[in-house]
Amino acid sequence: MKPLNFRLFILFAFIALPSVVYGLKREKLSVQDSILYVSPFQDDNERCFKCHGQEKYEYTNESLGKQVKALLCSDRIVNRSEFYSANHKSFSCTDCHSEAYTKFPHPGELRMEMQYNCLDCHGGDEAFAIFSFEEIDAEYQQSVHFRLENEGFTCWKCHNPHSYKISRRNTTNLKETIQYDNNICLNCHSDFSRLQLMTESKEINLMEKHDWLPNQTSHFRSIRCIECHTKTNDSILISHFIVPKEDAIRGCNECHSKNSILMTSLYKFESKENRKDGFLNGIILNESYVIGANRNKYLNIISLSIFSIVILMIIIHILFRILKK
Amino acid sequence: MYLYPLWVRLWHVLNAVLVIILIITGISMQYTGKHGYILLVGFASAVKWHNIAAVILTFNYIVFVTANVVTGNGRHYRIEKKNFFSDLGKQLLYYSRGMFKGKKHPFPVSLDRKFNPLQKLTYVLTMYVALPLLIISGLGLMFPEVTINKVFGVSGLILTDILHITLGFFISIFLVIHIYTCTLGSKPTSLFRSIITGYHEPDEE
Ligand code: HEC
Ligand code: HEC
Ligand code: HEC
Ligand code: HEC
Ligand code: HEC
Ligand code: HEC
Ligand code: HEC
Ligand code: HEM
Repeated sequence: MKPLNFRLFILFAFIALPSVVYGLKREKLSVQDSILYVSPFQDDNERCFKCHGQEKYEYTNESLGKQVKALLCSDRIVNRSEFYSANHKSFSCTDCHSEAYTKFPHPGELRMEMQYNCLDCHGGDEAFAIFSFEEIDAEYQQSVHFRLENEGFTCWKCHNPHSYKISRRNTTNLKETIQYDNNICLNCHSDFSRLQLMTESKEINLMEKHDWLPNQTSHFRSIRCIECHTKTNDSILISHFIVPKEDAIRGCNECHSKNSILMTSLYKFESKENRKDGFLNGIILNESYVIGANRNKYLNIISLSIFSIVILMIIIHILFRILKK
Repeated sequence: MYLYPLWVRLWHVLNAVLVIILIITGISMQYTGKHGYILLVGFASAVKWHNIAAVILTFNYIVFVTANVVTGNGRHYRIEKKNFFSDLGKQLLYYSRGMFKGKKHPFPVSLDRKFNPLQKLTYVLTMYVALPLLIISGLGLMFPEVTINKVFGVSGLILTDILHITLGFFISIFLVIHIYTCTLGSKPTSLFRSIITGYHEPDEE
């Protein structure tokens, strides 16, 4: 038995080694990513960050002539490092907010400040054509959330103006992207205090609603909410058409099959990039093993051949047994 | 000759049924189609039954190993280095030529030698190499959060899965060959009868 054990060990080592090296390589990449960006408006923004950058803020009460310290509610806090790694990191606060905010107390009429929407800046801009903003907007208008616009729903509710950054397109770690994208939805859907701002419905338990899905935690780490809740569209990377709950995907074999929908949603980016090389299976293999979807042509052929040879040998043996009786 | 004690027969029936369930549900999961199923079992129920059968099989396997140690049935699974390859060759030669020429069994069944060298090797490889690895890798897939990810980084689950499927494939091949070689008794049906009744019919007519 000894030599056999040893050979098995070597075999495992050969399988395991490349994957460890691969894992280490990735770790390095994500470290490089987080090098801090220096904004041209760093000093300007400190005018706001000195209060909005953390919980505690101070101001001078002019009628009393003294320093007052107070706490900012968490919704009013903007995290510096998140802001400076977001898509709009090169902005000054006052690019989007009125210059009048430099005054404190903030003037009352600013409460009614109009906000830009994404299309105001990105609509029709060639530089952002790869994102297809117009098409995303059209999809959003069909989605279940659009009817909540009167309650204050906007693109900004999913794309936090101070922290949103593209994830899937630049992903180095798919699990992190999945978590990032799911947190966008969970921000409301697992926080009733936010949800109740827009709906009269009672609180629901999301985990219970998805009870039919086995290995829930493992699934939610490997797929995004939008995999099941949107209708995919070939021309944009992230479908924004969130369908009514009745139309959400429930069938296991939508994902766990050869023509897995994941190829047109979660893995779309890679599957497009790699289509020419025919590496479709290879990319999934690096991230997740989706039972039923990961089929390797060569392994299939090999296993089928071995099986056929065995059956053939048995048939020949049977023939000999009959003939030589 | 009373060759298969009751516990072996009970273990074996349960084992065979479970392995067949596992193979069918396993293949169903691997090859579900998007539109309608190729095989009988739908994905959700395949997952469920695969898990149930696997847990029972794990306990059944523990019974097998324990009983083999306790009762001494395990001695039939001990491989001797001496003449290992030549004995194997003799048995192969018998299956490929000897038996058609009416030659005698090179290793006739006796109470001291239940298995011929080829049987012994395949049983040991199946029961003490493939099956335990299959069970361990399967448990790794059942409890992904506890185990493998930490050791191998991102790809742990995938390696486990490939190992699991490969071993499952080999067990399926074993099963086909096993069932076929079990028709090589004195009559095609006699070995099947013995694993049910426990009594071995003499090899030579
Ligand atoms: C002296 C501290 C202080 C400074 C400096 C400050 N803010 Fe504020 N800001 C607050 C406090 C406190 C609130 C919450 C109370 C309120 O709404 O007036 C607030 C609220 C806001 C709001 C939310 C208003 C609303 O209608 O809900 C915005 C937007 C805002 N600040 C932007 C800015 C910008 C942009 C700057 C920098 C140009 C800035 N603030 C500088 C203390 C400050
Ligand atoms: C790209 C445009 C943009 C930039 C740059 C920007 N904001 Fe905002 N900010 C918004 C929008 C849009 C909202 C309203 C968000 C909503 O409706 O959920 C907002 C809301 C706020 C609020 C109120 C929070 C709330 O939940 O209502 C504060 C405070 C704030 N911004 C501070 C800042 C500070 C400080 C900076 C600079 C560090 C800054 N903003 C930079 C677009 C921007
Ligand atoms: C006030 C104008 C303005 C608004 C409003 C605005 N953006 Fe932008 N956005 C920009 C500019 C300018 C850039 C380029 C920033 C840079 O290159 O540093 C940008 C960058 C981006 C990028 C990154 C592009 C890249 O290649 O890295 C994305 C994605 C994006 N915006 C999405 C949005 C979304 C989604 C919204 C609405 C929720 C939005 N933007 C609202 C002006 C705006
Ligand atoms: C229900 C939540 C939600 C709403 C509402 C929403 N988005 Fe998104 N959007 C997402 C998610 C999730 C992503 C994926 C982020 C990632 O991984 O890069 C995304 C990604 C994007 C991207 C990047 C796509 C790419 O190719 O990389 C753009 C651009 C975008 N959204 C624009 C918009 C615009 C414009 C609106 C409003 C018309 C909008 N979004 C409304 C959830 C939303
Ligand atoms: C595997 C597919 C799948 C995934 C992944 C998934 N869902 Fe669902 N979801 C469904 C289905 C199917 C329903 C309909 C359930 C029902 O009606 O009983 C549903 C229902 C819902 C509902 C409506 C519940 C109600 O009854 O009002 C919400 C909200 C929801 N999901 C949010 C999410 C969020 C947020 C995520 C990500 C964390 C997510 N879902 C991930 C398939 C999925
Ligand atoms: C700003 C908060 C917010 C965010 C972010 C958000 N939702 Fe919602 N969503 C709501 C509200 C409010 C409703 C209406 C709930 C109701 O009426 O019961 C809703 C309803 C839904 C429904 C049920 C639709 C139906 O048929 O009843 C689904 C599914 C859903 N959201 C999915 C998502 C997904 C997926 C994301 C992330 C991409 C997301 N939501 C992000 C607030 C949000
Ligand atoms: C939206 C796509 C999707 C749907 C729908 C889906 N799955 Fe999965 N499932 C996945 C992915 C992706 C993985 C891979 C998890 C990993 O490797 O991290 C997975 C893994 C699994 C696993 C292995 C779990 C583990 O811990 O490794 C089982 C079992 C499973 N799914 C069963 C089901 C069943 C049963 C259904 C239907 C009720 C279902 N899945 C529906 C995408 C899906
Ligand atoms: C329908 C399925 C099966 C049938 C008809 C079958 C038939 C038989 C027969 C006739 C014997 C007695 C002959 C001999 O000792 O070689 C036997 C023994 C044995 N079988 Fe099977 N078998 C089946 C499935 C399996 C499976 C799935 C395994 C293991 C994964 C297995 C493992 C064994 C072992 C280890 C023995 C020897 C038991 C002992 O005496 O210690 N069998 N089988």
